[in-house]
Amino acid sequence: MDPKRIYLDHNATTPLHPEVKKSMVDVMEVFGNPSSMHGYGRQARQHVEAARDIVAGFIGASADEVMFVGSGSEGNNTVLSIMTCQCRKCAFCAKGGKGVITTSIEHPCILETSKCLREKGVDVTIVDVDRYGKVDMDQLRDSITDNTGIVSVMMANNEIGTIQDIKAIAAIVHERGALFHTDAVQAVGKIPVDVKGLDVDFLTLSGHKLYGPKGVGALYVKKGVAFCPLIRGGHQERGRRAGTENTIGIVGLGKAIKMRALEMADEEKRLLEMKKVLRKGIEDTIPDVHFTGHPRDCLAGTLNVSFDGAEGEAILLYLDLEGIAVSTGSACASGSLDPSHVILAVGLPAECAHGSIRISLGRQNTMSDVQYVLDTLPGVIGRIRGMSTAYARRQ
Amino acid sequence: MEPINWVYTDRVLEHFMRPKNILINEDSYNEDGRGVTGNIKCGDQMIVVIKVDKQKEIITDCKWKTFGCASAIASTSALSEMVKGMRLEDAFNISSKDIEKQLGGLPEHKIHCSVLGDKALREAINDYYERNNMKDKVHRQEARIVCKCMNVTDAEIEHAVLEGARTFYELQEMTKVSTVCGECKDEVVGLLEAYKNKHFCSAG
Repeated sequence: MDPKRIYLDHNATTPLHPEVKKSMVDVMEVFGNPSSMHGYGRQARQHVEAARDIVAGFIGASADEVMFVGSGSEGNNTVLSIMTCQCRKCAFCAKGGKGVITTSIEHPCILETSKCLREKGVDVTIVDVDRYGKVDMDQLRDSITDNTGIVSVMMANNEIGTIQDIKAIAAIVHERGALFHTDAVQAVGKIPVDVKGLDVDFLTLSGHKLYGPKGVGALYVKKGVAFCPLIRGGHQERGRRAGTENTIGIVGLGKAIKMRALEMADEEKRLLEMKKVLRKGIEDTIPDVHFTGHPRDCLAGTLNVSFDGAEGEAILLYLDLEGIAVSTGSACASGSLDPSHVILAVGLPAECAHGSIRISLGRQNTMSDVQYVLDTLPGVIGRIRGMSTAYARRQ
Repeated sequence: MEPINWVYTDRVLEHFMRPKNILINEDSYNEDGRGVTGNIKCGDQMIVVIKVDKQKEIITDCKWKTFGCASAIASTSALSEMVKGMRLEDAFNISSKDIEKQLGGLPEHKIHCSVLGDKALREAINDYYERNNMKDKVHRQEARIVCKCMNVTDAEIEHAVLEGARTFYELQEMTKVSTVCGECKDEVVGLLEAYKNKHFCSAG
Protein backbone atom coordinates (compact mmCIF):
# COMPACT_ATOMS: atom_id res chain seq x y z
CA MET A 1 0.00 0.00 0.00
CA ASP A 2 1.28 3.42 -0.88
CA PRO A 3 1.84 5.57 2.15
CA LYS A 4 -0.72 8.31 2.56
CA ARG A 5 0.37 11.67 1.13
CA ILE A 6 -1.68 14.81 1.49
CA TYR A 7 -0.65 18.08 -0.09
CA LEU A 8 -1.76 21.12 1.94
CA ASP A 9 0.67 23.70 0.64
CA HIS A 10 -1.21 25.23 -2.28
CA ASN A 11 -0.07 28.76 -1.47
CA ALA A 12 3.49 27.60 -2.16
CA THR A 13 2.57 26.04 -5.47
CA THR A 14 -0.16 23.96 -7.03
CA PRO A 15 -0.13 20.77 -9.09
CA LEU A 16 -0.95 21.19 -12.78
CA HIS A 17 -4.63 20.88 -13.56
CA PRO A 18 -4.98 17.80 -15.80
CA GLU A 19 -6.55 19.98 -18.51
CA VAL A 20 -3.59 22.35 -18.29
CA LYS A 21 -1.15 19.52 -18.67
CA LYS A 22 -3.06 18.31 -21.73
CA SER A 23 -3.03 21.76 -23.34
CA MET A 24 0.72 22.06 -22.78
CA VAL A 25 1.43 18.63 -24.21
CA ASP A 26 -0.70 19.47 -27.23
CA VAL A 27 1.27 22.64 -27.94
CA MET A 28 4.68 21.19 -27.15
CA GLU A 29 5.61 20.77 -30.79
CA VAL A 30 4.61 24.29 -31.73
CA PHE A 31 8.16 25.56 -31.75
CA GLY A 32 7.93 28.60 -34.02
CA ASN A 33 9.08 31.95 -32.71
CA PRO A 34 5.92 33.99 -32.21
CA SER A 35 7.75 36.98 -33.65
CA SER A 36 8.44 35.23 -36.97
CA MET A 37 6.28 36.22 -39.91
CA HIS A 38 6.18 32.78 -41.51
CA GLY A 39 3.64 30.07 -40.84
CA TYR A 40 5.52 28.51 -37.92
CA GLY A 41 5.72 31.85 -36.20
CA ARG A 42 2.13 32.78 -36.89
CA GLN A 43 0.97 29.47 -35.46
CA ALA A 44 2.82 30.12 -32.20
CA ARG A 45 1.64 33.72 -32.13
CA GLN A 46 -1.94 32.54 -32.39
CA HIS A 47 -1.54 30.36 -29.29
CA VAL A 48 0.10 33.18 -27.32
CA GLU A 49 -2.57 35.70 -28.22
CA ALA A 50 -5.40 33.27 -27.48
CA ALA A 51 -3.96 32.83 -24.00
CA ARG A 52 -3.59 36.59 -23.61
CA ASP A 53 -7.27 37.04 -24.43
CA ILE A 54 -8.23 34.53 -21.74
CA VAL A 55 -6.03 36.13 -19.08
CA ALA A 56 -7.23 39.63 -19.95
CA GLY A 57 -10.87 38.56 -19.97
CA PHE A 58 -10.58 36.92 -16.57
CA ILE A 59 -9.34 40.08 -14.84
CA GLY A 60 -11.45 42.55 -16.83
CA ALA A 61 -8.56 43.99 -18.83
CA SER A 62 -8.13 44.40 -22.56
CA ALA A 63 -5.58 42.15 -24.25
CA ASP A 64 -3.08 44.92 -24.94
CA GLU A 65 -2.92 45.65 -21.20
CA VAL A 66 -1.61 42.18 -20.36
CA MET A 67 2.06 41.28 -20.74
CA PHE A 68 3.51 37.87 -20.02
CA VAL A 69 6.44 37.62 -17.62
CA GLY A 70 8.56 34.81 -16.23
CA SER A 71 7.13 34.79 -12.70
CA GLY A 72 5.20 36.77 -10.15
CA SER A 73 8.51 37.96 -8.74
CA GLU A 74 9.54 39.28 -12.14
CA GLY A 75 6.25 41.12 -12.52
CA ASN A 76 6.67 42.75 -9.11
CA ASN A 77 10.30 43.63 -9.75
CA THR A 78 9.36 45.14 -13.09
CA VAL A 79 6.82 47.48 -11.55
CA LEU A 80 9.08 48.68 -8.73
CA SER A 81 12.09 49.07 -11.00
CA ILE A 82 10.21 51.76 -12.92
CA MET A 83 11.00 54.01 -9.95
CA THR A 84 14.70 54.08 -10.79
CA CYS A 85 14.24 54.51 -14.51
CA GLN A 86 16.61 57.11 -15.86
CA CYS A 87 16.21 56.44 -19.54
CA ARG A 88 14.91 60.00 -20.01
CA LYS A 89 12.77 58.77 -22.84
CA CYS A 90 9.85 57.08 -21.16
CA ALA A 91 6.81 58.87 -19.87
CA PHE A 92 7.76 57.95 -16.36
CA CYS A 93 11.03 59.82 -16.38
CA ALA A 94 9.12 63.02 -17.03
CA LYS A 95 7.11 62.48 -13.88
CA GLY A 96 8.25 63.80 -10.54
CA GLY A 97 7.29 61.29 -7.90
CA LYS A 98 9.63 58.37 -7.44
CA GLY A 99 9.00 57.32 -3.87
CA VAL A 100 7.66 53.87 -3.05
CA ILE A 101 5.13 52.98 -0.38
CA THR A 102 4.40 49.38 0.49
CA THR A 103 3.38 47.29 3.50
CA SER A 104 5.11 45.22 6.13
CA ILE A 105 3.52 41.95 5.01
CA GLU A 106 4.42 41.95 1.32
CA HIS A 107 6.17 39.06 -0.35
CA PRO A 108 9.98 39.30 -0.15
CA CYS A 109 10.13 40.12 -3.88
CA ILE A 110 8.47 43.44 -3.02
CA LEU A 111 10.14 44.06 0.34
CA GLU A 112 13.66 43.13 -0.76
CA THR A 113 13.29 45.11 -3.97
CA SER A 114 12.05 48.11 -1.99
CA LYS A 115 15.06 47.90 0.32
CA CYS A 116 17.31 47.73 -2.70
CA LEU A 117 15.60 50.81 -4.15
CA ARG A 118 16.17 52.58 -0.87
CA GLU A 119 19.88 51.95 -1.20
CA LYS A 120 19.68 53.53 -4.64
CA GLY A 121 18.25 56.66 -3.09
CA VAL A 122 14.54 56.03 -3.57
CA ASP A 123 12.33 57.15 -0.72
CA VAL A 124 10.69 53.97 0.65
CA THR A 125 7.95 53.85 3.28
CA ILE A 126 6.70 50.59 4.77
CA VAL A 127 3.18 50.91 6.16
CA ASP A 128 1.99 48.85 9.15
CA VAL A 129 -0.87 46.38 9.29
CA ASP A 130 -3.26 45.63 12.15
CA ARG A 131 -3.49 42.37 14.08
CA TYR A 132 -5.51 40.78 11.28
CA GLY A 133 -3.06 41.86 8.62
CA LYS A 134 -5.19 44.72 7.24
CA VAL A 135 -3.33 47.80 6.05
CA ASP A 136 -3.49 50.82 8.33
CA MET A 137 -5.42 53.11 6.00
CA ASP A 138 -4.77 56.31 7.93
CA GLN A 139 -1.06 55.67 7.98
CA LEU A 140 -1.16 54.88 4.28
CA ARG A 141 -3.04 58.09 3.51
CA ASP A 142 -0.62 60.15 5.58
CA SER A 143 2.40 58.53 3.97
CA ILE A 144 1.55 59.54 0.43
CA THR A 145 3.28 62.77 -0.57
CA ASP A 146 3.95 64.61 -3.82
CA ASN A 147 7.11 62.58 -4.04
CA THR A 148 5.25 59.24 -4.01
CA GLY A 149 5.52 57.49 -7.35
CA ILE A 150 3.92 54.21 -6.61
CA VAL A 151 2.06 52.40 -3.84
CA SER A 152 2.20 48.61 -3.85
CA VAL A 153 -0.13 46.54 -1.66
CA MET A 154 -0.68 42.81 -2.05
CA MET A 155 -4.27 41.75 -2.64
CA ALA A 156 -4.13 38.61 -0.51
CA ASN A 157 -1.35 37.57 1.83
CA ASN A 158 0.44 34.30 1.17
CA GLU A 159 1.06 33.39 4.82
CA ILE A 160 -2.12 34.41 6.61
CA GLY A 161 -4.57 34.81 3.72
CA THR A 162 -5.82 38.28 4.68
CA ILE A 163 -7.49 40.05 1.75
CA GLN A 164 -7.06 43.84 1.53
CA ASP A 165 -9.73 46.29 0.49
CA ILE A 166 -7.91 47.04 -2.74
CA LYS A 167 -10.64 49.26 -4.16
CA ALA A 168 -10.51 51.60 -1.16
CA ILE A 169 -6.72 51.63 -1.15
CA ALA A 170 -6.55 52.40 -4.87
CA ALA A 171 -8.99 55.27 -4.35
CA ILE A 172 -6.80 56.78 -1.61
CA VAL A 173 -3.69 56.42 -3.75
CA HIS A 174 -5.26 57.96 -6.84
CA GLU A 175 -6.77 60.80 -4.87
CA ARG A 176 -3.20 61.71 -4.00
CA GLY A 177 -1.97 61.37 -7.56
CA ALA A 178 0.24 58.29 -7.23
CA LEU A 179 0.14 55.03 -9.16
CA PHE A 180 -1.15 51.83 -7.59
CA HIS A 181 0.18 48.29 -7.97
CA THR A 182 -1.23 45.17 -6.41
CA ASP A 183 0.57 41.85 -6.12
CA ALA A 184 -2.40 39.57 -6.75
CA VAL A 185 -0.40 36.35 -7.07
CA GLN A 186 -2.32 34.69 -4.23
CA ALA A 187 -5.66 36.28 -5.14
CA VAL A 188 -6.21 35.70 -8.88
CA GLY A 189 -7.83 32.32 -9.30
CA LYS A 190 -9.11 32.30 -5.72
CA ILE A 191 -11.28 35.42 -5.57
CA PRO A 192 -12.91 37.43 -8.36
CA VAL A 193 -10.58 40.19 -9.57
CA ASP A 194 -11.65 43.01 -11.86
CA VAL A 195 -8.91 45.53 -12.60
CA LYS A 196 -11.33 48.16 -13.85
CA GLY A 197 -13.69 47.86 -10.90
CA LEU A 198 -10.79 47.98 -8.45
CA ASP A 199 -9.10 50.73 -10.46
CA VAL A 200 -5.54 49.48 -10.21
CA ASP A 201 -2.72 50.61 -12.48
CA PHE A 202 -0.60 47.47 -12.23
CA LEU A 203 -1.45 43.94 -11.17
CA THR A 204 0.76 40.85 -10.98
CA LEU A 205 -0.43 37.25 -11.26
CA SER A 206 1.38 33.93 -11.46
CA GLY A 207 0.66 30.67 -13.28
CA HIS A 208 1.78 28.08 -10.76
CA LYS A 209 -0.42 29.40 -7.94
CA LEU A 210 -3.54 28.60 -9.93
CA TYR A 211 -2.83 25.07 -11.21
CA GLY A 212 -0.82 26.36 -14.17
CA PRO A 213 2.88 25.89 -14.92
CA LYS A 214 5.84 27.46 -13.13
CA GLY A 215 7.97 30.03 -14.88
CA VAL A 216 5.14 32.10 -16.27
CA GLY A 217 3.06 34.96 -14.98
CA ALA A 218 1.35 38.06 -16.24
CA LEU A 219 1.50 41.75 -15.50
CA TYR A 220 -1.45 44.02 -16.11
CA VAL A 221 -0.45 47.56 -17.02
CA LYS A 222 -3.33 49.97 -17.39
CA LYS A 223 -3.52 51.65 -20.77
CA GLY A 224 -1.86 55.06 -20.73
CA VAL A 225 0.10 54.46 -17.53
CA ALA A 226 3.81 55.21 -17.70
CA PHE A 227 5.90 52.09 -18.07
CA CYS A 228 9.54 51.22 -18.47
CA PRO A 229 10.81 47.70 -19.16
CA LEU A 230 12.97 45.74 -16.75
CA ILE A 231 14.25 43.39 -19.44
CA ARG A 232 15.32 45.21 -22.58
CA GLY A 233 16.52 44.20 -25.97
CA GLY A 234 13.53 43.02 -27.91
CA HIS A 235 10.21 44.17 -29.20
CA GLN A 236 8.29 41.30 -27.59
CA GLU A 237 5.28 42.13 -25.45
CA ARG A 238 5.02 45.44 -27.28
CA GLY A 239 8.52 46.35 -26.27
CA ARG A 240 7.78 45.90 -22.59
CA ARG A 241 9.54 42.63 -21.92
CA ALA A 242 12.29 41.35 -24.16
CA GLY A 243 12.74 37.62 -24.60
CA THR A 244 11.13 35.07 -26.89
CA GLU A 245 7.73 34.15 -25.53
CA ASN A 246 7.42 30.95 -23.49
CA THR A 247 4.68 29.60 -25.72
CA ILE A 248 4.07 26.35 -23.83
CA GLY A 249 4.00 28.09 -20.47
CA ILE A 250 1.75 30.86 -21.73
CA VAL A 251 -0.68 28.32 -23.19
CA GLY A 252 -0.66 26.52 -19.83
CA LEU A 253 -1.36 29.77 -17.99
CA GLY A 254 -4.23 30.55 -20.35
CA LYS A 255 -5.73 27.11 -19.87
CA ALA A 256 -5.27 27.28 -16.10
CA ILE A 257 -7.18 30.55 -16.00
CA LYS A 258 -9.88 29.15 -18.24
CA MET A 259 -10.32 26.27 -15.79
CA ARG A 260 -10.34 28.67 -12.83
CA ALA A 261 -13.14 30.62 -14.45
CA LEU A 262 -15.18 27.41 -14.56
CA GLU A 263 -14.26 25.93 -11.20
CA MET A 264 -13.30 28.76 -8.86
CA ALA A 265 -16.63 29.78 -7.39
CA ASP A 266 -17.79 26.30 -6.36
CA GLU A 267 -14.39 25.22 -5.26
CA GLU A 268 -13.80 28.19 -2.97
CA LYS A 269 -17.07 27.37 -1.18
CA ARG A 270 -15.88 23.82 -0.72
CA LEU A 271 -12.46 24.94 0.57
CA LEU A 272 -14.09 27.31 3.04
CA GLU A 273 -16.24 24.47 4.41
CA MET A 274 -13.17 22.28 4.78
CA LYS A 275 -11.26 25.07 6.50
CA LYS A 276 -14.09 25.61 8.98
CA VAL A 277 -14.07 21.92 9.90
CA LEU A 278 -10.29 21.96 10.17
CA ARG A 279 -10.22 25.04 12.35
CA LYS A 280 -12.98 23.81 14.63
CA GLY A 281 -11.33 20.41 14.90
CA ILE A 282 -7.99 21.94 15.85
CA GLU A 283 -9.65 24.19 18.44
CA ASP A 284 -11.54 21.24 19.91
CA THR A 285 -8.61 18.85 20.17
CA ILE A 286 -5.53 21.00 20.84
CA PRO A 287 -5.24 23.56 23.63
CA ASP A 288 -3.29 26.83 23.38
CA VAL A 289 -3.56 27.46 19.66
CA HIS A 290 -3.70 30.82 17.88
CA PHE A 291 -5.11 31.50 14.45
CA THR A 292 -3.71 34.40 12.46
CA GLY A 293 -5.45 36.20 9.65
CA HIS A 294 -8.65 38.15 9.14
CA PRO A 295 -11.75 36.32 10.44
CA ARG A 296 -13.81 37.26 7.37
CA ASP A 297 -11.60 38.74 4.64
CA CYS A 298 -9.35 35.73 4.22
CA LEU A 299 -8.58 33.34 1.40
CA ALA A 300 -10.97 30.38 1.70
CA GLY A 301 -8.28 27.71 1.74
CA THR A 302 -5.65 29.41 3.90
CA LEU A 303 -5.32 28.65 7.62
CA ASN A 304 -2.39 29.98 9.65
CA VAL A 305 -2.09 28.51 13.10
CA SER A 306 0.52 28.50 15.83
CA PHE A 307 0.77 26.14 18.77
CA ASP A 308 2.29 27.41 22.00
CA GLY A 309 5.58 25.74 22.77
CA ALA A 310 5.95 23.98 19.42
CA GLU A 311 8.52 25.11 16.86
CA GLY A 312 7.41 25.34 13.22
CA GLU A 313 10.10 23.34 11.48
CA ALA A 314 9.64 20.48 13.93
CA ILE A 315 5.86 20.49 13.26
CA LEU A 316 6.43 20.59 9.51
CA LEU A 317 8.90 17.71 9.54
CA TYR A 318 6.87 15.48 11.91
CA LEU A 319 3.78 16.08 9.75
CA ASP A 320 5.87 15.28 6.68
CA LEU A 321 6.79 11.94 8.25
CA GLU A 322 3.04 11.28 8.50
CA GLY A 323 2.61 12.20 4.83
CA ILE A 324 1.16 15.67 5.36
CA ALA A 325 2.76 18.61 3.54
CA VAL A 326 2.32 22.06 5.12
CA SER A 327 4.59 25.07 5.33
CA THR A 328 5.95 27.25 8.07
CA GLY A 329 7.09 30.81 8.46
CA SER A 330 9.62 29.46 10.91
CA ALA A 331 13.09 30.80 10.43
CA CYS A 332 14.63 27.41 10.95
CA ALA A 333 12.92 25.96 7.92
CA SER A 334 13.89 28.78 5.60
CA GLY A 335 17.48 28.99 6.68
CA SER A 336 17.20 32.73 7.10
CA LEU A 337 16.85 32.57 10.90
CA ASP A 338 14.52 35.55 10.88
CA PRO A 339 11.09 34.50 12.03
CA SER A 340 8.16 35.18 9.72
CA HIS A 341 7.98 38.92 9.01
CA VAL A 342 4.25 38.57 8.45
CA ILE A 343 3.53 37.02 11.84
CA LEU A 344 5.75 39.61 13.54
CA ALA A 345 4.03 42.40 11.57
CA VAL A 346 0.59 41.46 12.87
CA GLY A 347 2.00 41.83 16.36
CA LEU A 348 2.36 38.26 17.54
CA PRO A 349 5.37 37.44 19.72
CA ALA A 350 8.49 35.98 18.11
CA GLU A 351 7.68 32.65 19.76
CA CYS A 352 4.51 32.44 17.63
CA ALA A 353 6.42 33.50 14.56
CA HIS A 354 8.77 30.58 15.14
CA GLY A 355 5.88 28.21 15.66
CA SER A 356 3.33 29.03 13.02
CA ILE A 357 2.33 26.68 10.27
CA ARG A 358 0.32 27.44 7.18
CA ILE A 359 -2.19 24.97 5.86
CA SER A 360 -3.37 25.90 2.37
CA LEU A 361 -6.07 23.75 0.84
CA GLY A 362 -6.64 23.18 -2.85
CA ARG A 363 -8.81 21.59 -5.46
CA GLN A 364 -7.73 18.00 -4.86
CA ASN A 365 -8.25 18.05 -1.10
CA THR A 366 -11.25 16.31 0.40
CA MET A 367 -12.95 16.19 3.77
CA SER A 368 -11.17 12.89 4.43
CA ASP A 369 -7.83 14.71 4.08
CA VAL A 370 -9.04 17.18 6.69
CA GLN A 371 -10.01 14.28 8.94
CA TYR A 372 -6.59 12.70 8.53
CA VAL A 373 -4.94 15.96 9.57
CA LEU A 374 -7.24 16.20 12.57
CA ASP A 375 -6.38 12.61 13.51
CA THR A 376 -2.65 13.24 13.17
CA LEU A 377 -2.01 16.78 14.37
CA PRO A 378 -2.87 16.45 18.09
CA GLY A 379 -0.34 13.62 18.45
CA VAL A 380 2.38 15.57 16.69
CA ILE A 381 1.80 18.71 18.73
CA GLY A 382 1.56 16.70 21.96
CA ARG A 383 4.81 14.99 21.16
CA ILE A 384 6.67 18.24 20.45
CA ARG A 385 5.21 19.91 23.52
CA GLY A 386 6.27 16.91 25.57
CA MET A 387 9.89 17.76 24.87
CA SER A 388 9.47 21.54 24.81
CA THR A 389 10.97 23.88 27.36
CA ALA A 390 8.53 26.55 26.26
CA TYR A 391 5.40 24.54 26.95
CA ALA A 392 6.40 23.00 30.28
CA ARG A 393 7.21 26.45 31.56
CA ARG A 394 3.68 27.56 30.93
CA GLN A 395 1.92 24.76 32.81
CA MET B 1 7.40 5.89 6.76
CA GLU B 2 11.03 6.63 5.94
CA PRO B 3 11.14 9.78 3.85
CA ILE B 4 13.07 9.96 0.59
CA ASN B 5 15.88 12.53 0.23
CA TRP B 6 15.32 13.86 3.71
CA VAL B 7 16.54 17.35 4.53
CA TYR B 8 19.19 16.22 7.02
CA THR B 9 21.36 13.12 7.44
CA ASP B 10 19.97 9.68 8.31
CA ARG B 11 21.34 9.97 11.83
CA VAL B 12 19.53 13.26 12.34
CA LEU B 13 16.38 11.58 11.03
CA GLU B 14 16.81 8.67 13.42
CA HIS B 15 17.16 10.98 16.43
CA PHE B 16 14.31 13.19 15.19
CA MET B 17 11.95 10.26 14.73
CA ARG B 18 12.92 8.59 17.99
CA PRO B 19 14.47 11.19 20.29
CA LYS B 20 16.34 9.63 23.21
CA ASN B 21 16.30 10.71 26.86
CA ILE B 22 13.58 13.34 26.87
CA LEU B 23 13.05 14.84 30.30
CA ILE B 24 9.48 13.86 30.99
CA ASN B 25 8.87 14.28 34.70
CA GLU B 26 10.96 17.28 35.48
CA ASP B 27 9.88 17.56 39.11
CA SER B 28 10.63 13.98 40.09
CA TYR B 29 13.90 13.61 38.20
CA ASN B 30 16.16 14.79 41.05
CA GLU B 31 19.03 15.86 38.89
CA ASP B 32 22.54 16.49 40.20
CA GLY B 33 23.12 19.32 37.76
CA ARG B 34 20.99 21.45 35.49
CA GLY B 35 21.84 23.81 32.62
CA VAL B 36 19.65 26.09 30.53
CA THR B 37 20.66 27.91 27.40
CA GLY B 38 19.17 29.60 24.33
CA ASN B 39 16.50 32.12 23.76
CA ILE B 40 12.93 31.52 22.66
CA LYS B 41 12.90 34.74 20.66
CA CYS B 42 15.53 33.24 18.42
CA GLY B 43 13.61 30.01 18.15
CA ASP B 44 15.71 27.66 20.27
CA GLN B 45 15.87 27.06 23.99
CA MET B 46 17.21 24.09 25.87
CA ILE B 47 17.40 22.42 29.29
CA VAL B 48 19.92 19.66 30.03
CA VAL B 49 19.94 17.78 33.34
CA ILE B 50 22.49 15.19 34.49
CA LYS B 51 22.93 12.57 37.18
CA VAL B 52 26.44 11.95 38.40
CA ASP B 53 28.26 9.06 40.09
CA LYS B 54 29.91 11.20 42.72
CA GLN B 55 32.71 8.74 43.52
CA LYS B 56 33.85 8.29 39.96
CA GLU B 57 32.73 11.72 38.69
CA ILE B 58 31.01 10.03 35.79
CA ILE B 59 27.75 11.09 34.17
CA THR B 60 25.29 8.23 34.67
CA ASP B 61 22.25 9.80 33.07
CA CYS B 62 21.38 12.80 30.94
CA LYS B 63 17.98 14.10 29.98
CA TRP B 64 16.83 17.19 28.05
CA LYS B 65 14.04 19.35 26.72
CA THR B 66 14.04 21.88 23.93
CA PHE B 67 11.91 24.41 22.12
CA GLY B 68 13.56 24.01 18.77
CA CYS B 69 13.72 22.72 15.26
CA ALA B 70 14.53 19.22 14.02
CA SER B 71 18.28 19.64 14.29
CA ALA B 72 17.95 21.06 17.82
CA ILE B 73 15.97 17.98 18.81
CA ALA B 74 18.32 15.57 17.06
CA SER B 75 21.54 17.18 18.27
CA THR B 76 20.44 17.19 21.90
CA SER B 77 19.22 13.65 21.64
CA ALA B 78 22.60 12.60 20.21
CA LEU B 79 24.48 14.47 22.93
CA SER B 80 22.45 12.82 25.68
CA GLU B 81 23.58 9.44 24.35
CA MET B 82 27.21 10.51 23.96
CA VAL B 83 27.72 11.68 27.54
CA LYS B 84 26.39 8.69 29.45
CA GLY B 85 29.32 7.01 31.16
CA MET B 86 31.61 9.88 30.35
CA ARG B 87 33.87 11.56 32.90
CA LEU B 88 32.72 15.05 33.83
CA GLU B 89 35.92 16.64 32.55
CA ASP B 90 35.62 14.93 29.18
CA ALA B 91 31.95 15.79 28.87
CA PHE B 92 32.82 19.38 29.63
CA ASN B 93 35.03 19.49 26.56
CA ILE B 94 32.43 18.28 24.06
CA SER B 95 32.01 20.92 21.38
CA SER B 96 29.21 21.59 18.92
CA LYS B 97 31.58 20.23 16.25
CA ASP B 98 31.72 16.89 18.11
CA ILE B 99 27.93 16.72 18.15
CA GLU B 100 27.76 17.64 14.50
CA LYS B 101 30.22 14.85 13.70
CA GLN B 102 28.09 12.42 15.68
CA LEU B 103 25.12 13.33 13.48
CA GLY B 104 27.04 12.92 10.24
CA GLY B 105 26.96 16.64 9.55
CA LEU B 106 24.50 19.52 9.68
CA PRO B 107 23.97 22.47 7.34
CA GLU B 108 26.33 25.29 8.28
CA HIS B 109 23.53 27.72 9.17
CA LYS B 110 22.07 25.20 11.61
CA ILE B 111 25.13 24.61 13.76
CA HIS B 112 25.31 27.89 15.61
CA CYS B 113 21.59 28.27 16.21
CA SER B 114 20.46 24.76 16.94
CA VAL B 115 23.41 22.94 18.46
CA LEU B 116 23.10 24.32 21.97
CA GLY B 117 23.32 21.07 23.90
CA ASP B 118 27.04 21.36 24.62
CA LYS B 119 26.52 24.80 26.16
CA ALA B 120 23.62 23.58 28.29
CA LEU B 121 25.66 20.55 29.33
CA ARG B 122 28.60 22.70 30.48
CA GLU B 123 26.15 24.75 32.51
CA ALA B 124 24.78 21.53 34.03
CA ILE B 125 28.26 20.31 34.95
CA ASN B 126 29.15 23.66 36.53
CA ASP B 127 25.86 23.52 38.40
CA TYR B 128 26.85 20.07 39.73
CA TYR B 129 30.20 21.38 40.95
CA GLU B 130 28.52 24.32 42.62
CA ARG B 131 25.95 22.15 44.35
CA ASN B 132 28.74 19.90 45.67
CA ASN B 133 31.03 22.56 47.00
CA MET B 134 33.61 22.11 44.28
CA LYS B 135 33.66 25.73 43.27
CA ASP B 136 37.30 25.42 42.29
CA LYS B 137 36.27 23.11 39.48
CA VAL B 138 33.63 25.44 38.11
CA HIS B 139 34.79 26.44 34.70
CA ARG B 140 32.60 29.21 33.48
CA GLN B 141 34.48 30.01 30.34
CA GLU B 142 35.14 33.59 30.83
CA ALA B 143 33.06 33.58 27.73
CA ARG B 144 30.15 35.91 27.83
CA ILE B 145 27.33 35.83 25.32
CA VAL B 146 27.60 38.87 23.09
CA CYS B 147 24.99 38.00 20.50
CA LYS B 148 21.87 36.90 22.31
CA CYS B 149 20.05 35.82 19.17
CA MET B 150 22.72 33.44 17.92
CA ASN B 151 24.32 32.71 21.30
CA VAL B 152 27.77 33.77 20.17
CA THR B 153 30.25 34.44 22.94
CA ASP B 154 33.23 36.72 23.05
CA ALA B 155 35.41 33.59 23.21
CA GLU B 156 33.96 32.39 19.92
CA ILE B 157 34.61 35.76 18.35
CA GLU B 158 38.22 35.59 19.57
CA HIS B 159 38.50 32.09 18.18
CA ALA B 160 37.14 33.23 14.80
CA VAL B 161 39.68 36.04 14.70
CA LEU B 162 42.42 33.50 15.39
CA GLU B 163 40.98 31.39 12.58
CA GLY B 164 41.28 34.26 10.15
CA ALA B 165 38.25 36.56 10.43
CA ARG B 166 39.37 40.12 9.84
CA THR B 167 36.16 41.96 8.99
CA PHE B 168 32.71 42.17 10.51
CA TYR B 169 31.36 40.41 7.45
CA GLU B 170 33.82 37.54 7.82
CA LEU B 171 32.92 37.26 11.50
CA GLN B 172 29.26 37.03 10.55
CA GLU B 173 30.06 34.37 7.99
CA MET B 174 32.06 32.29 10.45
CA THR B 175 30.07 32.66 13.65
CA LYS B 176 26.68 34.01 12.50
CA VAL B 177 27.19 36.72 15.10
CA SER B 178 24.89 39.72 14.74
CA THR B 179 22.88 38.22 11.89
CA VAL B 180 19.43 38.42 13.47
CA CYS B 181 18.54 41.61 15.32
CA GLY B 182 21.84 43.41 14.88
CA GLU B 183 21.74 44.97 18.34
CA CYS B 184 25.22 43.74 19.22
CA LYS B 185 26.91 45.03 16.08
CA ASP B 186 28.81 47.91 17.68
CA GLU B 187 30.08 45.69 20.46
CA VAL B 188 31.12 43.00 17.99
CA VAL B 189 33.02 45.50 15.87
CA GLY B 190 34.79 46.71 19.02
CA LEU B 191 35.70 43.15 20.02
CA LEU B 192 36.93 42.39 16.52
CA GLU B 193 39.34 45.31 16.67
CA ALA B 194 40.43 44.42 20.18
CA TYR B 195 41.20 40.78 19.30
CA LYS B 196 42.95 41.78 16.09
CA ASN B 197 45.13 44.10 18.13
CA LYS B 198 45.68 41.51 20.84
CA HIS B 199 46.82 38.77 18.49
CA PHE B 200 48.10 40.37 15.35
CA CYS B 201 49.25 43.87 16.08
CA SER B 202 53.04 44.05 15.99
CA ALA B 203 53.46 46.26 18.99
CA GLY B 204 56.31 48.72 18.75
